[in-house]
Amino acid sequence: MVDKTLCCSGTEEASEEELLCRLDEVIEEYKDKPGSLIPVLQLAQAIFGYLPESALKRVALGLDKSYSEVAGVVSFYAFFSTNPKGRQTIRVCMGTACYVRGGKQLLEALKDKLKIEVGESTPDRELSLEVARCFGACGLAPTMSIGEEVYKRVRPAKVGEIIDEYYKKHVSAKGEAV
Amino acid sequence: MVKLTIDNEVVEVAEGTTILAAARRAGIRIPTLCYLEDVQAIGACRVCMVEVEGARSLVASCVAPVSEGMVVHTNSKKARAARKMVVELILSDHTGDCQVCDRNDDCELQALASDLGIRDISYPGEKSKRIVDDSTPALVRDTAKCVLCRRCITVCADTQSVGGIFPQGRGFATVIGPAFAGDLDDIVCVQCGQCAAVCPVGAISERDHVQEVWGALDDPTKTVVVQTAPAIRAALGECFGLEPGTLVTGRMVTALRRLGFDAVFDTNFAADLTIMEEGHELLTRLKEALTGEGDVALPMFTSCSPGWIKYIEYFYPDMLDNLSTCKSPQQMFGAIAKTYYAQKIGKKPEDMIVVSIMPCTAKKYEAQRPEMRDSGVQDVDYVLTTRELGRMITEAGIDFVNLPDGKQDSPIGLGSGAADIFANTGGVMEAALRTAWEVVTGRELPFDNLHVTPVAGLDGIKEASATFTDCQPEWSFLEGVTAKVAVAHGLGNARELIEKIRAGEAAYHFIEIMTCPGGCIGGGGQPRMTTDAIRKKRIEAIYKEDEGKTLRKSHMNPEITQVYEEFLGAPLGELSHKLLHTKYTPRTKV
Ligand code: SF4
Ligand code: SF4
Ligand code: SF4
Ligand code: FES
Ligand code: FES
Repeated sequence: MVDKTLCCSGTEEASEEELLCRLDEVIEEYKDKPGSLIPVLQLAQAIFGYLPESALKRVALGLDKSYSEVAGVVSFYAFFSTNPKGRQTIRVCMGTACYVRGGKQLLEALKDKLKIEVGESTPDRELSLEVARCFGACGLAPTMSIGEEVYKRVRPAKVGEIIDEYYKKHVSAKGEAV
Repeated sequence: MVKLTIDNEVVEVAEGTTILAAARRAGIRIPTLCYLEDVQAIGACRVCMVEVEGARSLVASCVAPVSEGMVVHTNSKKARAARKMVVELILSDHTGDCQVCDRNDDCELQALASDLGIRDISYPGEKSKRIVDDSTPALVRDTAKCVLCRRCITVCADTQSVGGIFPQGRGFATVIGPAFAGDLDDIVCVQCGQCAAVCPVGAISERDHVQEVWGALDDPTKTVVVQTAPAIRAALGECFGLEPGTLVTGRMVTALRRLGFDAVFDTNFAADLTIMEEGHELLTRLKEALTGEGDVALPMFTSCSPGWIKYIEYFYPDMLDNLSTCKSPQQMFGAIAKTYYAQKIGKKPEDMIVVSIMPCTAKKYEAQRPEMRDSGVQDVDYVLTTRELGRMITEAGIDFVNLPDGKQDSPIGLGSGAADIFANTGGVMEAALRTAWEVVTGRELPFDNLHVTPVAGLDGIKEASATFTDCQPEWSFLEGVTAKVAVAHGLGNARELIEKIRAGEAAYHFIEIMTCPGGCIGGGGQPRMTTDAIRKKRIEAIYKEDEGKTLRKSHMNPEITQVYEEFLGAPLGELSHKLLHTKYTPRTKV
């Protein structure tokens, strides 16, 4: 749909400038169509993996919309994210069983350890934090997962250890966690 | 016509009328909250619900049109209960202490709760997160008091064409505000305060500088002088229950003296000075354009309205050369007060405090722009809105309504009628033409009673033209030239006009832009609520003030002649350039 050879290199790790350049092509294509804001934002999110401020401002300028209006739309729909995704996602179960058996405390402990909120990722972009519905392991509540791996009966006090373990295993160069 | 029954009264109204309007016509009051005359009817809050016989549910009367034979009950048990529930729900998520809120006594939510007889809040629920935004010099937002009526959104996006405020987030966490529930300072807000002017509660208001002004008045080492904008005299009375459109010039002066100001001057003096500078600037631009001498930008835009200045800096930075380089009257006054007047009374600029009373919140922003320090210190120290002055007078226990008339001090306190009309949309244009025409032709402006009626009134965009004939020798290059002028008020209208010019669909020599609908009389700092009916009354009062004077042209003002003779030299002279003219800053619109 968009001719990528126009001005973008198309390499794996594109720079922000290159990504913005791709976004400009999208905007160019959509700018005179009515109701284009949401599709353009979806494409922008596909290009960047999330919606950084620079992209949102570019969209606002390109479509001649106010930045506050664009921000309002982005913050209304749950499928838009203004935070970059980590390489792996931590999901904390907020299903009924887990919730009543300490899911909330578990989540708090994770937020504390990683120093991020739900929907955000660590500054090194390694881990994102999300909440999820029942994992089907209610008997072993509370549960959480990192990537594919599910952790059961997690005591909030153990969270630090789990994260440090993860970092040792996957990000050995860094050793210590955030 | 449509016939219907409201509370057993038969009412006949035009087709398309809303139930609310029909009821009002019949003298029946239906409570409302999000609805605002001349601004919006969106059916958002559901406070105005009424029962319509045969309808499945209650209807929002501010949007529902009447129909033939309709039977409406505004006060049925069901309607009363529903309304009460809506207001109770709003109150359950409202954090504010009426006693210390600047809207105490002037708050639509407070009035609503009282009118509906609410005595306790039966939904003790979770409260939304509170965000207090005091990032700008002009305004303060407090989301804990917001009732989500969306009036500010409509005014900012539609009337002002800025779009600074939109709903952010969703559901219970929704915040009405700038991008990502951030600060006004981070977006393109021009600080016009039109949002504050329509907010029914204390969720957006001017940033209060009353304490700072009391502090200055209490400081014996400072000489504190005050200027009042033309629009104050036609609106201040409303703070004390006087009819809109009551002229209170004399009482205002007395009140300011009693508050303790060392001298009471008038922004009108500086408005006349603006006409001298801006009129000559226009004629110089015309000369250069017509004789091909220089490369000048036309049309020239007026530059009195700081919200407009910020707007053009954000949205049309490529047109900044078209802006008159003249400072606004407020800033001309500040610069003259701290130089010419300070020298006269043997004071240093730093020992003087200049306070402005303005109908405008953007003037608070303007006063602290870095360009506005040509006396060596900040030229205007504090800006109070009409509302703040009202509060200060009340605080001082002054019985405003019964005050005797006072008179402004000299030498920078006299203004012509041309200066008075700066308050109205079309007024700066008229004032400029009264002077420019006379300079060029040696004759009076050929309009009835000097009023340029085609550019007066509340139409959004207005235009006029006049052909110069029998010019004075030095202006002979204007002979036979038809000067075309336009006037827009409200930034949405300004944008429309500019887009037309950019598309080549219209061309003018001189354009007046005022940020606020109706001009300064409808400013963001004026007593609330400013409806079109009230705008018209204030406009009329201002024209009356002008017509009541023998001095009706800026160039005839003897204090203006004096300041040029004693201090400035000539319009557009070296000292004028230093003190009375300025530069602008291109900005980006996101
Ligand atoms: S906004 Fe109105 S109801 Fe709320 S605290 Fe202020 S005066 Fe009271
Ligand atoms: S001050 Fe004016 S520009 Fe700023 S948010 Fe309010 S209405 Fe919009
Ligand atoms: S800030 Fe005021 S005008 Fe805006 S939505 Fe809230 S209550 Fe209404
Ligand atoms: S509720 Fe958490 S696994 Fe089912
Ligand atoms: S006043 Fe009618 S819905 Fe708000």
